[in-house]
Amino acid sequence: MTEASSEAEALPWQRLHPLTPLARIGRLAPALVFLVLISTVHSKVENQTAETDYLVVITLGSALYGYIHWMVTRWRLEADTLRIETGLIRKDSRRLPLARIQAVDIVRPLLARLLGVSELRVRLAGSGSTDGRLAYLTAAQAAELRLRLLAGRHDPDTLSAADERLPMAAVTLGRLIGSVLLSLVSLVLIGTVATLGTLDQFEPRTARAVGGFLAVYLVSFAGVVWRRLSGQYGFIAVEGPEGVRIRRGLLQTISETVPYGRIQAVRQVQPVLWRPFGWCRLEVDVAGATARNQRGEGTSVVRKALLPVGSAGDAVHLLDRLLGAPDPPRTAPPRRARWKAPLSFHFLSAGHDATHAMCVTGRINRTTTWVPLEKTQSVRRVQGPLQRPLGLATVHVDVAGRRTRGEFRDRTVEEADRLVAELTACSRSARQHVYAEVGNRRGK
Amino acid sequence: MPGTQPGTAQLGHKSDRGTGRSDPDVSKSSSVHGFEDEGWLRPSPVLWRMRRTEVAVVTVLLGACMGLVFLGALGPVSGLLACASVALLGATMAFFLRRRFRAWRYQERHEDLIVGRGVLVQRLSVVPYGRMQFVEVTAGPVERLFKLSTVKLHTAAAASDARIPGLETAEAARLRDRLTELGEAMAAGM
Repeated sequence: MTEASSEAEALPWQRLHPLTPLARIGRLAPALVFLVLISTVHSKVENQTAETDYLVVITLGSALYGYIHWMVTRWRLEADTLRIETGLIRKDSRRLPLARIQAVDIVRPLLARLLGVSELRVRLAGSGSTDGRLAYLTAAQAAELRLRLLAGRHDPDTLSAADERLPMAAVTLGRLIGSVLLSLVSLVLIGTVATLGTLDQFEPRTARAVGGFLAVYLVSFAGVVWRRLSGQYGFIAVEGPEGVRIRRGLLQTISETVPYGRIQAVRQVQPVLWRPFGWCRLEVDVAGATARNQRGEGTSVVRKALLPVGSAGDAVHLLDRLLGAPDPPRTAPPRRARWKAPLSFHFLSAGHDATHAMCVTGRINRTTTWVPLEKTQSVRRVQGPLQRPLGLATVHVDVAGRRTRGEFRDRTVEEADRLVAELTACSRSARQHVYAEVGNRRGK
Repeated sequence: MPGTQPGTAQLGHKSDRGTGRSDPDVSKSSSVHGFEDEGWLRPSPVLWRMRRTEVAVVTVLLGACMGLVFLGALGPVSGLLACASVALLGATMAFFLRRRFRAWRYQERHEDLIVGRGVLVQRLSVVPYGRMQFVEVTAGPVERLFKLSTVKLHTAAAASDARIPGLETAEAARLRDRLTELGEAMAAGM
């Protein structure tokens, strides 16, 4: 307690939950199971007894490591920072300023759920800084700490009322299964299995050979399907004061927040197989720092499923809340654009108003992108060799990250020139407007 | 906008010395899209000299190799033919590189930087100063030989690649300082 005594609000240093080493071993469980399987199969083939000594060694070793890690890790909430210190040989001390916290997620893997503990993940704004992790805390502690961390940026009274709100969107199990089944991966999976099954009736040897060859792919495809199902199981989105709160997961539950002010872009994807049912998927790109992106190629942006599958009504409701503005009027490109984009011309359209740009692209997956213009990083006009003879050009509205951008595709040259000027001007005024507002709020 | 005046004054001073020269045929080739033709700056003509030298060196080396190989294998006529075709290839390259060199242009406006480039695919990027995360000045070995550098602007978006090659070292440093200064003055959060 050297410097802490000066800060009245500082809480004492705290350890993680004592069951942390045990819960951490749970992360190794799949690998261990895999090892056991391999060694069992191996010993069956070789007609030997299975060797299990190394399993004991691995388990003991990781338990010891986990215990040491737990011993040397401590955290503390100070007046305006969260401090996490860890490491026996290489000390790692992190200060997470509350003002820069983007989002706080609570992740609960299966074993952690059984033990009644949760992991807290803190994401910060700005590139280069790594996020903070507290694994594991008791569930109540995690929830309370999350509230405290987020309260650093918001009024506490709005926060208390948060939990009484109605869900904005939820995904029923039937719809989730339907949507997963109607995706390319599962169709390929089902098709292959069915073909192999039929083939097995007539040509068992060929079927087995092909099956053995394809087994790796089939297993990984099945893994993808399973991850989609278990990851989005019980999806529910609730409106919170700082953003949309999402809870999802079958074995591992995740509760995360999509903060309103940090949304870089919203995408609505309507795959061709879902269109008969009127389903769509909503994804948002949220700025946040993760340790993965170190190459400096753009700030890392997390793409989150805001709605894994939902009806048009759900989507409209969520979009209305997130964007807070009616859709800008859209126009289609000129008919001659059909020569350049024969397929995607069908849906191509784009438009913008003073605060948002909205662009529709894609043929098989109809994709609608909304970009809040105050998030614009740059505006680009690109004219390719196919477009020049047709007098067309594409205008891009770039937002942070490397995946999403608004595309005013195949507009006439005159319109493209006008768009570049307009979008630049609108972005500028939107930016100034928004940041002036933020400044006022900070001033208060 | 504080700081604009001294910056532009300095800019005028520098651009007189050839960096921002706009030869008449160049400005004709790019009646730029919707933006006034005035005020475009261009990479230094030394960039074109550098590209020319690169092409010439590669052509000569490749031509000599091919010529010798064909001379040894098939006789003098085919050796000469090989040399000629390599020279033709080099000339074509030089033609395209000339066009590409001429297409580069940039303009510092009040609130944003515009960079235009490309012949086959024509690109025009508008990057607001407030969105710049950092400015990078690089100079490869060949560029250093010609005393040139490349200025690259980084924003949070990976797609907005505003890059200006072939700037004389002083101009690159000036641009870097000015962009950094403006970027700091207008910085906006995410």
